[in-house]
Amino acid sequence: MAKIELTRNPFIKNAIKSRYPQLAVFIVMLVGYIFAILAGLIGTPVGSHNFSIVFVWIAWWAVLILVAVPFFGRGWCAVCPIPLPGEWLQRGAVLSPPEKRPKWLNLRVPKMFRNIWLQNISFLLLALFSSVLLTTPNITGIVLAVMLFAAIGLSTIFERRAFCRYLCPVGGFIGLYSQTAPIELRIKDKQVCVKCEGKPCYNGSAAGYGCPWDVFPGGLTKNTYCGLCMECIRTCPHDNIAINLRPFSADLAKPSTRMDEAFKAFIMLGSAMIYAGVLLGPWGTLKDAAYGVGTGAWFIYAVVFLAIIFGILPGFFSLGLLKTKSNLPFKQRFASLSTALIPLGLMFWVAFSLSFVLTNASYILAALSDPLGLGWNLFGTANFAWQPMLTTILAPAQTLALVVGLIWSARTAQKSASEAGVSPLPIIFYSFVATSTMLWLLL
Amino acid sequence: MRRAELLSRILIIIGIILAVGAPLYFWKSTPIIHAQMADDGGWSPDVIQAEVGKPIRLKFTSDDVVHGFAVGQMDMQSMDILPGKVTDVTLNFDKPGIYTFFCTRWCGLNHWRMRGTIEVSGSPSDPEPISPPLYVSLDLDIDAPHDAPIIPSQTPFAIRGESLATQLPINIYPSPDYYLSHSPYQVFTDLSNTSLSESQRWDVVAYIWQSNTTKESLENGKQLYAQNCAACHGENGAGDGVFADDLAQAGEASMQSMSGAMDMMMQTPVDFTDPTRMLGASPALLQGKILRGGMGTGMPMWGSIFTEEQIWDLIAYLYSFQFEYEK
Repeated sequence: MAKIELTRNPFIKNAIKSRYPQLAVFIVMLVGYIFAILAGLIGTPVGSHNFSIVFVWIAWWAVLILVAVPFFGRGWCAVCPIPLPGEWLQRGAVLSPPEKRPKWLNLRVPKMFRNIWLQNISFLLLALFSSVLLTTPNITGIVLAVMLFAAIGLSTIFERRAFCRYLCPVGGFIGLYSQTAPIELRIKDKQVCVKCEGKPCYNGSAAGYGCPWDVFPGGLTKNTYCGLCMECIRTCPHDNIAINLRPFSADLAKPSTRMDEAFKAFIMLGSAMIYAGVLLGPWGTLKDAAYGVGTGAWFIYAVVFLAIIFGILPGFFSLGLLKTKSNLPFKQRFASLSTALIPLGLMFWVAFSLSFVLTNASYILAALSDPLGLGWNLFGTANFAWQPMLTTILAPAQTLALVVGLIWSARTAQKSASEAGVSPLPIIFYSFVATSTMLWLLL
Repeated sequence: MRRAELLSRILIIIGIILAVGAPLYFWKSTPIIHAQMADDGGWSPDVIQAEVGKPIRLKFTSDDVVHGFAVGQMDMQSMDILPGKVTDVTLNFDKPGIYTFFCTRWCGLNHWRMRGTIEVSGSPSDPEPISPPLYVSLDLDIDAPHDAPIIPSQTPFAIRGESLATQLPINIYPSPDYYLSHSPYQVFTDLSNTSLSESQRWDVVAYIWQSNTTKESLENGKQLYAQNCAACHGENGAGDGVFADDLAQAGEASMQSMSGAMDMMMQTPVDFTDPTRMLGASPALLQGKILRGGMGTGMPMWGSIFTEEQIWDLIAYLYSFQFEYEK
């Protein structure tokens, strides 16, 4: 399937080039984000009725994992409010670049941190405390506030969006899964970039800022680190950058060779399976352990959690790889073939999220009418009773998601394996066993 | 600075001020009484000011489980307070004083400690004389042991007692307070100069206790017991309510040994089916225990919650664990 250049449409092009539509969205998102922090801190401590819990962990999560990531890749990053205050301070402006830039430290992030290991760690930290985080409004409020202030702090020390690129716990997996999305930002003609003087898309110009994601658009081959902020479309003097519609999973044809990204795939795959067991499974002891942060049982849970992600899942994967014969070094084979786990993990998360989003979606209506828990009934839905939605289609939809994930993963494994010159069968078998386990956990 | 940039900044600042200020403003200007399990703080605030003749509207929410709200000694329907939901009630006081409000749902082990006060100010239209409760005027030591040394071999039966009582040559009601101030065992002893056997005397005692109450009182007492007492003392009065095991466990940790008339085991609900204890207790003594509470035992004081009539109804019902009354 050929690509369709969306930016050819003058309406889309103008909407992207102008800063005002984006600014309007930014302001709404930032106001909503700050309101969510306040609601978490001063609203009712009952999670199911608190705006911060309901809108962050049910509504936002549903939009993110079921719509934004699969269809728009880093579409969420394009409108995320977390880096905005820091970025505006860093730039000294909210619109076009000012004549005089403020003097922040503007350091380059040290080389040892220029990977997604910190994001892997920050995600795991939240994941280990997630049972409490997802149900306790003031902890959600604090975490949201910490992320906002961390982003501001990093913007004053380091250049560009250091928080988004290297620390954001969500950004890591959005980047990984954005490779499967049918949308991309790419250059149109490489030769134009080669000849372009000053590379304003990376270094900035009077028309706009250098790539906040520290990416040279001319070299983009994957979605992983492009935050779709649209800045390069504004700065490119040759109109050489486009937003394209493309087939799903186009980036997966170019397997990664990075271990941080490979482990991100295992972290996400393992977390989805563990969450399914803890949050949806019938095991009370497991649930108690996950909720009992700081207790002995929780430490055991945390150790098992990490052992599954860093030991068991990559361990069996490696065993499968050892059965294959290839001239490629083992590390490279490991990283390259773990690409097959990207669509698998994404569909695991879709299947898992369907369950708790449809179960809890009815809370959204009640929280909308009384966001601060003060007895309001703004839209007449404050007393909307909790009821699971679309229960009849839940199990078939989850099964379908998992089957699609398995087929998608097998197809990706075939491509990665042929590039690595090995047999895809062990990886397909691995994906099959993982899918069967997930199916058992969910149904 | 360019005009567009300036306007954008102003818009952003207004947005941030609204996002922070609006929730804080509405939060501060909407007083809500929060209910939490007693271990986590109970009612917050737990003291409310009101004025005689001025209706006061109170908003409640629960921060954890389902709680209930009622004001002691007031004729009002208790109201449920649901987690995360706001429920409101309008109260009107016609007499000044300090009223106790309390949780009406078995919300947790220390449910009984979930109490607060409403301080109602204003001048009393018609001051009422205050008379001390019976146990005080009788000068009873309600913490002293009061076990009955003799107990019936079978459950005393009021219907049998009625026919025996009519044949007795003596007046079984020497004074109006006779029943209230005497324990079943004392009445049993007073009947020793009759020709009745021990078992017959216990039947007469059962009849006396039955004739001092009504079916309505017993029914009312039963409801009060089920709502307020059964969680610890058990549905059938055996001291085995749903919280009894937890109370015993908590008691291990918070055991308080009171030196004095007797050592008291903290947190052990009394067994009303135990005849030694119940037949040695007069209604006045039980009134004292209910009014004041069992100090140091975990038994709360009910004087500020139950009316006098409710307490007598409850006491009448407690004796039904010992006597078989006419159905």
